[in-house]
Amino acid sequence: MTSPSITASGAKARASSSLGFPLILLICVVSSAVLYFGLSQLDSSYAFLAAYTVLQFVALATAWNILGGYAGYVNFGVAAFFATGVYTSVIIYKTVQWPLLVTIPVAAAAAGLLGLGMGYLTLRLRGVFFSIATLALAVVLNTIVVNWSFVGGSRGVYVMRPQEIILFSSYERYLFVVMLVLAIGSVLIARTIENSWLGRGLAALKDDEMAAECAGVPSLRMKLIATTISGALLGAAGAPFPFFVTYVDPPTAFSLSIAVNAIAMPLIGGTATWLGPVIGALLLGTFQQIATVTISSALNLLIVGVVLVIFITVAPNGIIGFVKDLREKRR
Amino acid sequence: MTKLTRRQTLALAGSAVATLATPALAQTSPIKIGFGMALTGGLAGGGKAALLAYQIWAEEVNARGGLLGRKVELVNYDDQSNPATVPAIYTKLLDIDKVDLVVSGYATVPTAAAMPVVMQKGKVFLSLFALAANDQFRYDRYFQMQPNGPEAKFEFSRGYFNLAQNLNPKPKTVALVGADAEFGVLALEGARENAKKAGIKIVYDRSYPPNTMDFGSIVRAIKATKPDLLFIGSYPPDSAGMIRAIHEVGLDATMVGGGMIGLQFAALKQQLGPLLNNVVCYDLYTPEPTMNFPGVVEFLKKYQERAEKAGVDPLGLYIPPFAYAEMQILEAAVNGVKSLDDKKLADYIRANSFSTVVGDIKFGDRGEWAKPRILLIQYRGIVGNDVEQFKQAGKQVIIDPPQFKSGDLVVPFESVKR
Amino acid sequence: MTFSLDLFSNAIVSGILLGGFYCAIAVGITIVFGMLDIVNIAHPAFIMTGGFIAYFANTQFGIDPLAACAIAMIPAYYLGRLLYRFYNVAFEKRGEESLQGLAFFFGLLFIIEVALLLIFGVDYRFVEAPYIGPTIEIGFISIPWRLLIPLIVGLGLVLVIIAFLSRTFIGKAILAVSQDPLALRLVGGSPVKVKEVAFGLSIATAILAGALLIIIQPIEPSFGRDFIGRVFCITVLGGMTSLPGTIVASMILGVSESLTSTFLGPSWSPAIAFGLLLITLAVRPVGIFGR
Repeated sequence: MTSPSITASGAKARASSSLGFPLILLICVVSSAVLYFGLSQLDSSYAFLAAYTVLQFVALATAWNILGGYAGYVNFGVAAFFATGVYTSVIIYKTVQWPLLVTIPVAAAAAGLLGLGMGYLTLRLRGVFFSIATLALAVVLNTIVVNWSFVGGSRGVYVMRPQEIILFSSYERYLFVVMLVLAIGSVLIARTIENSWLGRGLAALKDDEMAAECAGVPSLRMKLIATTISGALLGAAGAPFPFFVTYVDPPTAFSLSIAVNAIAMPLIGGTATWLGPVIGALLLGTFQQIATVTISSALNLLIVGVVLVIFITVAPNGIIGFVKDLREKRR
Repeated sequence: MTKLTRRQTLALAGSAVATLATPALAQTSPIKIGFGMALTGGLAGGGKAALLAYQIWAEEVNARGGLLGRKVELVNYDDQSNPATVPAIYTKLLDIDKVDLVVSGYATVPTAAAMPVVMQKGKVFLSLFALAANDQFRYDRYFQMQPNGPEAKFEFSRGYFNLAQNLNPKPKTVALVGADAEFGVLALEGARENAKKAGIKIVYDRSYPPNTMDFGSIVRAIKATKPDLLFIGSYPPDSAGMIRAIHEVGLDATMVGGGMIGLQFAALKQQLGPLLNNVVCYDLYTPEPTMNFPGVVEFLKKYQERAEKAGVDPLGLYIPPFAYAEMQILEAAVNGVKSLDDKKLADYIRANSFSTVVGDIKFGDRGEWAKPRILLIQYRGIVGNDVEQFKQAGKQVIIDPPQFKSGDLVVPFESVKR
Repeated sequence: MTFSLDLFSNAIVSGILLGGFYCAIAVGITIVFGMLDIVNIAHPAFIMTGGFIAYFANTQFGIDPLAACAIAMIPAYYLGRLLYRFYNVAFEKRGEESLQGLAFFFGLLFIIEVALLLIFGVDYRFVEAPYIGPTIEIGFISIPWRLLIPLIVGLGLVLVIIAFLSRTFIGKAILAVSQDPLALRLVGGSPVKVKEVAFGLSIATAILAGALLIIIQPIEPSFGRDFIGRVFCITVLGGMTSLPGTIVASMILGVSESLTSTFLGPSWSPAIAFGLLLITLAVRPVGIFGR
């Protein structure tokens, strides 16, 4: 059961990597430029802000999927890592006032370290314990932030946007571009991992951890690397958030909706490849944005719930898996 | 160029119907007032009640012939109590829906999240129950409806300590306890300083996390310090938990209460019933004769008739009158300057005093009320759990400030012995 | 904070009272998550449903909240069985249960929450009963009935389930499935049928726990989310499959929360409880009663 699936994914990986990294990068740059100027045509920052939210979910879903999808370790504590990024950003804002572009790597490092420590404590355990531990981690961090008045404590903290930003006509556009870069960066990292020894090793772990270990896969080390990278990317996606909302309090930074979406989106898209979380995030994220301004009532959340349940039931391997099944049947 | 979306077509059809009904409103497009409002999530209780108040105002103003001869239309989206949705909602309102005026959603978080967008467009911005949201932004077209005054944190305990220090014998010690969230922390900060000023010693000073369930241990720890006064800064579920635990543990003190959010709502009033007797609490409006402002009785009657169907607080004494007053101010300003120009409106609102269902309002520094008007009330003679009794005068007696006073403070507070 | 015997013993008593309620909310999770490996993250939403059933019956017909939910446990049990049957067909049979099952329950959590919101509105709801209010005084220890009833019912519920699992045939089968589903199939039992019963049981306990919750304090629909962490924490602490472990873990959580809130200040109590969980996972991942 294990070996054919590995060779299959290996073959596919070679096929897609034959495109070449520079080409992929070029495609990304061109499509982002098109997206940016396309949105500019609409003559409204609404498009940029709505797109920011969707792209944030692309980044989060992709980051979560590195551990959750590739290795099969479900991280419930997305909010803990996201909030680490958010509050690192707040701390820098309140002390040294570095620009956002310097803040992001610091936030990523902080969240990555958190991931490493967390993984070291719990990754020896069965997957399900790891999940519960991540849930606990979010609560512990939340309590610490609530009791830490320097970052606003439970009262929350205001973060003022800089008055002007070079090269951009408005701060919204700047935030959008930052998040676009983060999202594309996350996807590229995920794609690279998927096609590397790490990705194949993680896939082997997911299929059968015991067998993989017997075959000499360094399981703990691989899981630690995955947790660190995943955590760092989640943190990086959180760093611009204080500037997006300008007021952060613990319930916002540790919001359940972040965790729910970051987990639901890869599942809807498909967890096996980098494309799944992207599709899931684009679909569900866009749908939520539209629903917010059209249906705009409690029904909105109800529909998200129903769509999720239907999707999961009808296409358990996500949209990617569903399309693949259809193709195979046709053959 | 004139391609109509389905929405616009519908709107046109709607106004065509309106044309037949009220010819006065025929020629022009409606004035759109946009806002995001929490209709789901933690803030939905306040958000839905505020929305109902806005709707009542909009219907009334349209029945009177509209604003500047144009019909008024509310355009609102659910922010899900999640500030991350707010920036996009307000840019949508301003850029795509092209609303003429914006107001804030309910409470601090959504208001703060909307500020950068609103400031960038230079819109006049009335906000509903946002605590000190403009302290950092310093936006001069911002006006806030909760009567906190420029130094909000002192107001929730000012009346409490004023009355306490004039008691005979003067209380010597106070215990402070509050929820670990925005309001609780703020109320406690103010109480700390007011206690110091009044020369009352603080013997207990702690906060508890949101969603605490066991208040017995907290109240027991407080009781062990034998305070003369107990000041509480709490949110709805914990306000109920604290009051219950105080009676269960049997804590007696000269004064109990202070800054408890939730006691203003029908659900908690009704549930706690007689346990509330002699509890003091801040409030914004109670149906006492000293608060009988023109129009408030009629508004509340209308609100209460529709509350059940809308699934909101059946009494509506706390947020709805202020939400309605907010719209009255907007209406007065638009009529005053005869235009929708934001600068003119802001200048007008800053310069004038407004007569509303919650009394005369004049704005001051940072768009807060020029003079704070937080009331301190005391529950008296509550019998059983009937919600109707809270519509009567004399049950929620105003004991401070002197201007609105409808009765004297009664001490001490005694827990119900069983 | 000065230490005194009075405060200390009252804190212990409060903790135990609270622990009794935690038992009731965690027992369902121990059954489905600990024993059957189904990550029903929507469990707290079923608890809220129970709370609102109690509210509805109490305000409309004046029925005692516990009695109302005791009756509602029967349809809830069958509903739970139905839900499991669906879950089984949609996920377990395809071997997709771990991730997809989780997402399914996530979605369910949202659906139930919003449904409650649409039906009952966003206001805080509460019930009336003769035991809400009075307090028993024993020396310097005071015990409010409002918390004593949940302790009695919670413990009683777990004890009944322990007896059910060890005495009845189907109960023994549930334990067997939790240890070795293959073995059960070999002796001719159907694990699906057994799991169906267990899942129904779990939902029924959630409904009763809802009645206990609304007796303790007023509730609103999104309130249940706060419990997701606590219930799973208790089950893991207790050693996943062990019901006595669940009782002990509930008590530990309740007492540690109440001691912290009395002596260290209440704002640290959640961190203490979950810190305890993190340490347990790092040091003794099988939990207190795990094997």
